[in-house]
Amino acid sequence: MQLTNRKVVVSNKKQSFAEKLYLPAIAKGMIITASHLFKKPPTIMYPEQKRPIAPVWRGQHVLKRDENGAERCTSCGMCAIACPAEAITMTSGERKKGEEHLYREEKYAATYEIDMLRCIFCGLCEEACPKEAIFLTDRLVDVEFERNDFIYGKDKLVEKIDKRIDVTKRQTPEVLAFKKIPGLMHNKLFDDKKLNKGNKH
Amino acid sequence: MTAFIIYKAIMCVGVFLLCLGAAAYATLWERKFAAFLQDRKGPSRAGWGGIFQPLADGVKMFMKEEIIPNVSNRSLFILGPCLFMITAVITSAVVPWAKPVMINGHMYDMQITDINIGVIYLLGVASIGVYGIMIGGWASNNKFALLGAVRASSQMISYEIPMGIALIALIISSGGSLSLKEIVEQQDAGFANFVWQPLGFLIFFICALAETNRAPFDLPECETELVGGYHTEYSSMKLGLFLFAEYINMFISSAVIATMYFGGYNFPFAHELYEKLGLADGSVWISLIGFGVLMAKIFGFVCLFMWIRWTLPRFRYDQLMNLGWKTLLPLSLFNLLLTIVIEYFRGNIHF
Repeated sequence: MQLTNRKVVVSNKKQSFAEKLYLPAIAKGMIITASHLFKKPPTIMYPEQKRPIAPVWRGQHVLKRDENGAERCTSCGMCAIACPAEAITMTSGERKKGEEHLYREEKYAATYEIDMLRCIFCGLCEEACPKEAIFLTDRLVDVEFERNDFIYGKDKLVEKIDKRIDVTKRQTPEVLAFKKIPGLMHNKLFDDKKLNKGNKH
Repeated sequence: MTAFIIYKAIMCVGVFLLCLGAAAYATLWERKFAAFLQDRKGPSRAGWGGIFQPLADGVKMFMKEEIIPNVSNRSLFILGPCLFMITAVITSAVVPWAKPVMINGHMYDMQITDINIGVIYLLGVASIGVYGIMIGGWASNNKFALLGAVRASSQMISYEIPMGIALIALIISSGGSLSLKEIVEQQDAGFANFVWQPLGFLIFFICALAETNRAPFDLPECETELVGGYHTEYSSMKLGLFLFAEYINMFISSAVIATMYFGGYNFPFAHELYEKLGLADGSVWISLIGFGVLMAKIFGFVCLFMWIRWTLPRFRYDQLMNLGWKTLLPLSLFNLLLTIVIEYFRGNIHF
């Protein structure tokens, strides 16, 4: 049975004198390499010159604050469930009186950790978040020497009040509308109140 | 007498520094040239365009931990790279670098020594060169190193014969002198020897590639088969000496090829140019121009060496031996015969 039409009959013909000399073949090869001498290398000289990245490029996460500077995250755990790499862990805390300027709602994330070595930067946490609290940004995760240093806590994840991070390019009306589609997994989970039953973690 | 000693000392130190400097920058140029041939940019971080890269490499080599295996023959292990380096450098003693310079009414040759058996000296030193590899590889007490050393020595012996025969043909056609200075001077009057010895040049060039252990003849240090070849056990600056000496060998080989076959420091219409500039014999400027021309020729051959290395794959060992004994040896004998016939009809040989 013939599967492809790429079959070639092996030729065992004797080499001609010119082929035996090798020199023409060598000259041919050397002309090919020499032609590359005049080509412009596609190198990007990294620290000085950077490859352009898309505005929706998925890099290090940020936990957003609202307009008043209060943390948006309510520690609902949707991101942790959505995360296919199981990189997100958190514990919840209850807001005390006088902490309204710190946390937007009564429940907040007392700790919030993302293991950057487990994270695959898929962006599903961002998609799952009902409070528009977590976003992926165009920042790169820094290089560290210790594995523990890659577990980012709230100190690294929550945006600084005086250094807000712009995510308007990611948070377009289309994205917001998309997140409301009821058929999506996270909306289903939320609607069916499967949160408590289905949480294996 | 004092002037003579000072002149010789300056020449020795100058040529030594020239060899080291040229070899150091040959390592950088090798990496750069390889990068250009492969659409890359090459080392560019140490200094402007990577100009201090050889310095950085040298410092790195010195800083590395030095390991001498317990099972090695310690004194021979140390002797190996030294010998290889020494033989690489002393080859430069007979190469005429430029035209003689007149100082205080005395002509000084720009050559360390003009011995009348210069060509034989070159061949002799080149064949001692393999002792460094042989001793180093054997003293390592490592099978890979020994195999590399054995390969190097058998390769060296195989390719020295066609090289020597090609040189005999060259000497016949260039007037019978074994002194490199006279070979160069004779090319000043007529054509470069390359014109009379194209086949001889080809044989000599291939043999020079094999003698310097350059690709496609770099079987002694064939990484795919022998880990590192003869320098498997070497580390730190001893490894550096082996690698560095290879580049010195390449530089000197290029210098010898340029001297023997391409007229050394001479170039076409040199005398017309000197007359136009009003330079007399023995002028420093003539010497400098000649030196520049020789360096340009050497640079061209070094580039050719590198170009070949980054184009051709390595030979198999049986192919290497076949090429040496079954192709180059008969070819060089044929070239010798052809030269004798041609020179007889040109009237240079009298029976």
